[in-house]
Amino acid sequence: MNKETLIKQGGIWVFILVELAFFSIAGEFLSVTDVAFMDYGNMLLLLKQSAPIGIIALGMTIVMINGNIDLSVGATFALAAIVLLDSMTWPFMQALGDWAIPLAWLFALLTGTVLGAINGLIVWKTGVDAFIVTLGAMLGYRGLVFMYNGEQPTSHLNWTLVDFAEAQFLGLHTATWFLLGAALVLWLVMTRTVHGRNAYAIGNNREAAVNAGIRVGPHFLWNFMLIGFLAALSAVVFYSESGSVNPNDGMLYELWAITAVVLGGTKLTGGYGSIISTLGGVIAIQLLRKGLGHIGADTETVNLVIGLILIAVLFLDRQLNRRGKEELKT
Amino acid sequence: MTDQTPALRLEGIVKTFPGVRALDDVSFAVMPGEVHALMGENGAGKSTLMKVLGGIHQPDEGRIFIDEEATVMTSPIQAKARGVVFIHQELSLADELSVAENIFLGELPRKTLGRVDWAALYARTDDILGKLNVGFNARTRVGELSIANQQMVEIARALTVDPRAVIFDEPTASLTDAEKVVLFDVIADLKARGVGIVYISHRMEEIFKITDRISVLRDGQYRGTLNTSETDEDEVTQLMIGRSLDLSRNHAHAELGEVAIEVRGLSCGKVYRDISFSVRRGEVVGFYGLVGAGRTEIAETIFGLRDPDAGAIYLDGKEVRIASPIDAIRHGISLVPEDRKGQGLVLGMNCRDNMTLPQVDDMTSSVFVSERAELSIFDHYKDKLDIRTPGWRQTVGNLSGGNQQKIVIGKWLSMNPKLLIVDEPTRGIDVGSKAEIHNLIRDLATQGYAVIVISSEMPEVLHLADRVVAMHQGRIVREFTAEEVTEDSLIQAISGIGGNGAAQADVTAQDAGCSRPH
Ligand SMILES: Nc1ncnc2c1ncn2[C@@H]1O[C@H](COP(=O)(O)OP(=O)(O)OP(=O)(O)O)[C@@H](O)[C@H]1O
Ligand SMILES: [Mg+2]
Repeated sequence: MNKETLIKQGGIWVFILVELAFFSIAGEFLSVTDVAFMDYGNMLLLLKQSAPIGIIALGMTIVMINGNIDLSVGATFALAAIVLLDSMTWPFMQALGDWAIPLAWLFALLTGTVLGAINGLIVWKTGVDAFIVTLGAMLGYRGLVFMYNGEQPTSHLNWTLVDFAEAQFLGLHTATWFLLGAALVLWLVMTRTVHGRNAYAIGNNREAAVNAGIRVGPHFLWNFMLIGFLAALSAVVFYSESGSVNPNDGMLYELWAITAVVLGGTKLTGGYGSIISTLGGVIAIQLLRKGLGHIGADTETVNLVIGLILIAVLFLDRQLNRRGKEELKT
Repeated sequence: MTDQTPALRLEGIVKTFPGVRALDDVSFAVMPGEVHALMGENGAGKSTLMKVLGGIHQPDEGRIFIDEEATVMTSPIQAKARGVVFIHQELSLADELSVAENIFLGELPRKTLGRVDWAALYARTDDILGKLNVGFNARTRVGELSIANQQMVEIARALTVDPRAVIFDEPTASLTDAEKVVLFDVIADLKARGVGIVYISHRMEEIFKITDRISVLRDGQYRGTLNTSETDEDEVTQLMIGRSLDLSRNHAHAELGEVAIEVRGLSCGKVYRDISFSVRRGEVVGFYGLVGAGRTEIAETIFGLRDPDAGAIYLDGKEVRIASPIDAIRHGISLVPEDRKGQGLVLGMNCRDNMTLPQVDDMTSSVFVSERAELSIFDHYKDKLDIRTPGWRQTVGNLSGGNQQKIVIGKWLSMNPKLLIVDEPTRGIDVGSKAEIHNLIRDLATQGYAVIVISSEMPEVLHLADRVVAMHQGRIVREFTAEEVTEDSLIQAISGIGGNGAAQADVTAQDAGCSRPH
């Protein structure tokens, strides 16, 4: 790894260290509880809480590297959650006992993948910008969510499922394992496979990619299916434990995911970014939320601060990168 | 000239990039009213030196003087304010804006309340364009112009101020002969006004035609300055690459084989009509004509980037339909496109990945890409084409212009094509590597490949081709064999029989009748 990429990809981790140090010290004076910020249990919980947005953000990374964006993930997340919980109440599913669980998961994941495929196909076949297509899909899929059960929450609590979701393996929660597992797989996909390589190329210079004989459309489709799948996976992980979904759940998730991705250094214009850095971005945001809560800030303040920090970090990143490669004729 | 003070002077400039010492203690001066050539191999540091002067890069060490007054150049805007104007090697225009807006970008004439004074803007622009004698006007959208005309817009930018020094970084790389004449007039005019001119080019004929002195860089070091009238090509080459070149190398013409590709009656709207020709194995066919004659578009059609309205393409005697580059690649066709930045390279990717882009698909071991196979391809062509880069990890966007071009050529050669089409293959390439690439193309022919060379450089076509196809305004006007072709007959043919050479045909993708679907 050369110096340039080190500066770019190391930045987010330095930022995390700064956050940790800041909240540990500030916590000594301002904390509302006696527990130290860097408490082991606290950190494990933090990872677990990062998982729902985190898994979606991983998908957002590959879509954005590819030069697209997906605004419909929040709605996909909610719809997959409804399918997950509702399907377990269907008579034939209940007859299966605990075997209904894997089936319900399958249904939910399938829902997400299909919704993603719809986005991907439209972007591919019509050539309409992904921003517009998925903006429409965001409204449309959310409409489906409301059609399903009106304003009512959809609930079903399965204790086997709850046990599974709350289990800890080697200290880490189930949700954390899913986050890390998904990150590992996607990292391999993006760095080691042809699909990953081509996704970068398309995002960076679509025309050159076409000239090199790369089919742009199928790569788009794959990435939208992947992010749909991941949005559903995120729902599976989260609602296995909570057992109840409101029709408004998952709102603004797309924006939180994009925030994490951008914080991790992925370019909005495509062609550049890394899965690992997105993981850093996700953790950094969760640290901020938790840390600010730890020193007694309320939710509104937290959002304001995150917004400001996002802009500040991106500005800093720009300055650093300009130093690295001044030739940008801005 | 010793009694005068230099218009600009650089002293002891050092500039390093990660892994590269691009400039190593370079000093350089330009007198007022002098055209000073800056020469050197690809990656020697010419553009970097000029970017330091133009305020784009900050030097690690060294000083800049304008009229013997020490200056720190912090930005291109400041450099322009100090009278240093820079015409870049790589185009940097806003496609969606008009010609006028591009020319006056950042300094649009204003009325009260910050409103743009459009009337003044267009009037001033048309004034400048009038001097350049171009075939478009102030309101034309830049994205609609051909590369050559975009280059003219870049040049027009330099004429908006009263400069002390103008830097031309390979301005003629994509100009036709007619446009070059206009450019040289502009340079002569600037010179007469006492402006100092730095002229970077790899083309010896031009250098000897218009410059007064020649300074040479090699591997980031200053190698000396020669008076143009007292030197010759050989001496300059010696200084540049440390050896002389035998440019007259007579190529053994290959044994001609079967017809590899035959095109019959191909037409594409107003872009080109009724094109028929064939290329045999072991043969190099040159396409020569003015920019806009339709040569690039024919290449794009054969490569599946355009759908023709009529006509047929036969490969090995069988009619084929080539609907996309994927089809073309499958049929063993490679195209080195003319616009390396837009169509050839993924600038943000590293060198190795760029080179193997069309074939990573075939290099997978199990699910993963085989990095070892990729590296061996890269290393092979890095040596073969003498690509200067600190390593395969370097982002292609950081390479010098000529080395970027070599990456594109390496990419398509590594596909082992049956038919190789090269569109302006040596644009921006130094004399040494140019000879190298020419040899390579001839070698490919000897090995039985069919090659089409599209070039606006007559010496290149004459040197390489076994047969020359002359085009004029979308039609083939004549075919010459290597024995019968001469410079004069070729010029006559491409300028339309009996016509004057000033045909400013600027066929663009927009007004073209047949689309570029991809
Ligand atoms: N922004 C950058 N980052 C890293 N290396 C760079 C950068 N810009 C230039 N270089 C390196 O500096 C060296 C000099 O490059 P430069 O562009 O000045 O060459 P040049 O003489 O203009 O070549 P050409 O004739 O090909 O245009 C090259 O090795 C190039 O790779
Ligand atoms: Mg250069």
